[in-house]
Amino acid sequence: MSDSVNSRGAISIRNLTKIYDPDGVNVMAVDNCSLEIAAGEVCMIVGPSGCGKTTLLNGIAGFHSVTEGEIYLDDELLCGPSKPKAEQGADRMVVFQHGALFPWKTLAENVAYGPMVQGVLKKNEALEKAGHMLAEAGLGDVGHKYPGEVSSGMARRAEIVRALINDPKVLLLDEPYRAMDSLTKSIMHEALLEVYDRTKVTIFFITHDLEEAIFLGDRVAIMTTRPATIKKIVDVKIPRPRSYETLSSEEFRKLVDETKEAVHEEAIKAFEAGERELA
Amino acid sequence: MSETNLTPARIERPTGLAMTMHNWKTALKTQTPYLMTFGIALWLGAYYLFVEGWELPRFNKLPGPVEVITEWLNPDPDWGMSLFTPEYYDHVVVSCRRILISFGIATGVGVPLGLFMGWSKIFRDYTFPILETLRPIPILAWVPLAILMFSGFETPVIFLATLASLFVTTLNTLLGVDSIDDDYFRAAKSLGSKKHHIFFHIVVPGALPFIFTGLQISVGVAWFSLVAAEMVSGEFGLGYLIVDSYMNITYVTMVIGMLTLGFTGWASSVIVRMVGNRMMQWRLRALALEGR
Amino acid sequence: MADVAQSTNVGTVPVKRSKLMKKLQNKSLWRGVVALVGFVLFWEVCSQKLYMGVDVPWIGKIPPPTEVYDEWKKIFFWPGYWESFYLSTARVFAGFAMAQLIGIPFGLLLAINRYFRDIFFPPFEVLRPIPPLAWVPASIVFWPTTEMSIAFVTFLGAFFTIVINVLGGARNIDVQYLRAAKSMGATQWDLFTKVILPGTLPSIFTGAAVGMGITWEVVLAGEMLSGGGQQGGGGLGFFIWSSYMGGTVAQVIVGMISIGIAGYLSSSFIRYIGVVSMPWRRLF
Repeated sequence: MSDSVNSRGAISIRNLTKIYDPDGVNVMAVDNCSLEIAAGEVCMIVGPSGCGKTTLLNGIAGFHSVTEGEIYLDDELLCGPSKPKAEQGADRMVVFQHGALFPWKTLAENVAYGPMVQGVLKKNEALEKAGHMLAEAGLGDVGHKYPGEVSSGMARRAEIVRALINDPKVLLLDEPYRAMDSLTKSIMHEALLEVYDRTKVTIFFITHDLEEAIFLGDRVAIMTTRPATIKKIVDVKIPRPRSYETLSSEEFRKLVDETKEAVHEEAIKAFEAGERELA
Repeated sequence: MSETNLTPARIERPTGLAMTMHNWKTALKTQTPYLMTFGIALWLGAYYLFVEGWELPRFNKLPGPVEVITEWLNPDPDWGMSLFTPEYYDHVVVSCRRILISFGIATGVGVPLGLFMGWSKIFRDYTFPILETLRPIPILAWVPLAILMFSGFETPVIFLATLASLFVTTLNTLLGVDSIDDDYFRAAKSLGSKKHHIFFHIVVPGALPFIFTGLQISVGVAWFSLVAAEMVSGEFGLGYLIVDSYMNITYVTMVIGMLTLGFTGWASSVIVRMVGNRMMQWRLRALALEGR
Repeated sequence: MADVAQSTNVGTVPVKRSKLMKKLQNKSLWRGVVALVGFVLFWEVCSQKLYMGVDVPWIGKIPPPTEVYDEWKKIFFWPGYWESFYLSTARVFAGFAMAQLIGIPFGLLLAINRYFRDIFFPPFEVLRPIPPLAWVPASIVFWPTTEMSIAFVTFLGAFFTIVINVLGGARNIDVQYLRAAKSMGATQWDLFTKVILPGTLPSIFTGAAVGMGITWEVVLAGEMLSGGGQQGGGGLGFFIWSSYMGGTVAQVIVGMISIGIAGYLSSSFIRYIGVVSMPWRRLF
C-alpha cells in the first residue's frame, strides 16, 4: 500500500470558526483558523490545554459541526456552510486521547472490526489480516488478549494498527501519549515513525509536548489560547528517517528554543484566564 | 513496561482449583477467617442465650437456634416441616418457579427495552416518562389491582414480582447504555459501522456490566415482591409458609421459612453473578490484573 | 457557565435565549407530554366497554381515569384521606431516621476498623438476603404493639441498604486523600471528620434514596398485613386495602397515585438535601 499514498490525504482548513452554545451562551472555541496540510505530511498541532485543538480534529473527523468556514480533504468538501457536519468515514481514522479500543473485544477482534463491518473482508479473513498486521507491529503474541490485559503502550499501538488496517488517507491523533511516562513515550514515538516511514500516511497529531511535536513532525502549528487560531507555523527540516539521536542534535535543540517562547506566551494567557477546559 | 521483549515468557496465573487452594492457604494465615468464625459464633451465642439460655422477656416468645436447627434436621418434625418432609420442598419449588418465571419475563422484556431506550433517543423520549410515572408507586400498592386484573392465585403473584423486577432491569440497562463512552461510538462509526453493528458490537457488550449489576438487584427485588405477594394472597410458597405458620402459632416453622428464603435469595444472586462473569471475560480478566 | 462567557471573547453573534424558551423548544419534553397523554387516553378507551364494544382483557377490569378523577375530587376533602397520608409519612420517616442513625455509624465502623468488620460483617451478610417483609410475622411476635413491629421492619428494610452503601463508599475513598491529610498533621479524629465522612456522603445519599423507596414499600406492607384498625391505625396501605375490601376500585387507584406522589416527594427531598450538603458536587 505504500506506493500511491503520497498523493492523497491533503487537508485544507479554510477560515474555520466554531462557536459552542452551552445554555445559550456563545463560547468561541476556534476563530477564523486556516491551515493547509499537504498529502503525506506529519502536521503537529501544539497549544495550551483546552484551546480548541480538539475542536479542529472534531471538525475533520465529523464528530461536531463547524459554525463557519470549510474543510476539504483532497479537494473534496468535508464540511462547510452547506453541510455543517462532516460525515464520519474510514478515510479519516482517529486515535483517541483516552484510547477507544473496545474493551469487550480482543486486540485481534478490534483490529478486524473495521474491514468486517465495512463488508470488505469476511470475519475470519479479517482476523487473519489483523493477526498479520499485529505481528508486523510487534504485537503478534498478544492478539488474543483483551485491551484491559495489556499495557497502555501496547493498547495504543494496537489502536494505531486498527486504524491502519482500513488504509486511511489521514490519521488523526488526539494527544495519544499524554498519560505515558517519557520512556514509554520514546518507544511509542519510534514505533509511530516506523509506521509513517512505511505508509507515508498523512498525520494530524495534537499534542502539548513541544519536543514530541518537533521530533515527529514535518511542520508544527502553534495555536493561540481560546478562541484559537494559528499563531505560528514552524518548519522542521530534520531529515527522515529520524532516530533517537535526533533529539540531541543541535538543529533539534534550536527548533525547540525557537518554538518554546511562542508556546509559553500562550500558556500563560490560558493559565491566567483559568477557564475549565471544554470537552 | 513490559512491551519491549518480555512478552514470550509470561507468568501464567494459577487457575481453577489450584488457585482456590492457594487463596485458602494464604487466607488461613491471616486473622480474618478466625475472626469471622468468632463473629458468627458470637451472634449465635447471643441469640441462644437471650432466647433459650436466660429466656429474657419478649425474646422467650421466639424460637431459639437449637430448637430451629433440631427441627430443621429432624426426620420426624414436631411441627410438620423439615428438610425431610416433601411439603417443605413443595413451598421452595413453588417460590423458585415463580421467581424463575417472573425474573425470566422481566429480563426478556426489560433488557431489550432498556437497550432500545438507550439506543434510540426518540423511543426513549416516548417511553421513559411513562416508566418514571409508574415507578414511584410501590409494588405492594399494586396488589389489589393485580388480584382484580388477573384471575386465580398464580398470575397476580407472578405479575407483581415481574413488575418490580422489570423497572429495575430496564433502568439499569438504560443506565448501562448511557455509561458507554462516546469515543466508542465515534470509533465504531469511523470504522464504518452501520446502525445494527453499533447496536450489537457496542451497545450490547458495553451495557453488559450495568445490566448484570441491575439483574442482581432485580432478582433481589423479585424475591422481595414475591414474598409480599405470597403473604397477602396465594397458597404455597415460602412467603405463604411464613404467614401460615404465624397464624398457626408454629413459630419454629416460621423461622425455618425465613432462613430458607435467605438462602434461596442469596443463591439466586450468586447464580446471576456467575452467569455475568462467564459472559464478561474481558472485564473479569482486567479486574483480576488490577488485583480486585 | 456565566463566568466562562464573560471571560472569553464572546462571539460576534451573542444571541441569548431564555431558559424557559429553550425548555419549550425541547423536543423531548413534548414527546414526553404526548406519551403521557397517550397513556391516559389508552387507559380510558380500553377500560370502557362503551368505546370498544368488548371487554378488553386486564385493563377492562379497572375503572377509567375519568372515574378515578371523580373519586379523587370526592375524597380530597375527607380528613381521613389526609390522616392516612400523615400516618404513613410519619411511619416512613421514623423508620428511615432510625435506620440512618444506626446504619451510618455502623457502616462507618465496619469500614474503618478491620476487627469490627471481620467480626460483625458475616452475621450481617447472613441476615441480609432475608427479604424485609419476611420479618413481619416474627416482628409482630416479638414486639408488644403492632406499631412497634411495623417500625422495626421499616427500620430493617432501610438499614441493610444504608449500611452496604456507607461501607462501600467509605472503602472506596482514595488512599491518597488520607495520606495527604496525615502528612499535613491530621489526627485520627480529623481524618474521620474531614476526609472519611465527606468522602462517604455521596454514598450515604445514594443509600438513603434507595432506602427511602424500600421504606415506603415496607410501611405499606405492614399497614396492609396488620390490617390497620385498632392499634395499627390507618395509613395509606390500609386505605388501599380497605377500599379494595369495600369494592371501590377507583378509590384503590387514588390510593396508589397518592402513594406514588408521596414516595416521589420524599425521594426528591432526600436528593435536595444531598445537593445542599455537597456543594462540591454541584458543578457536575
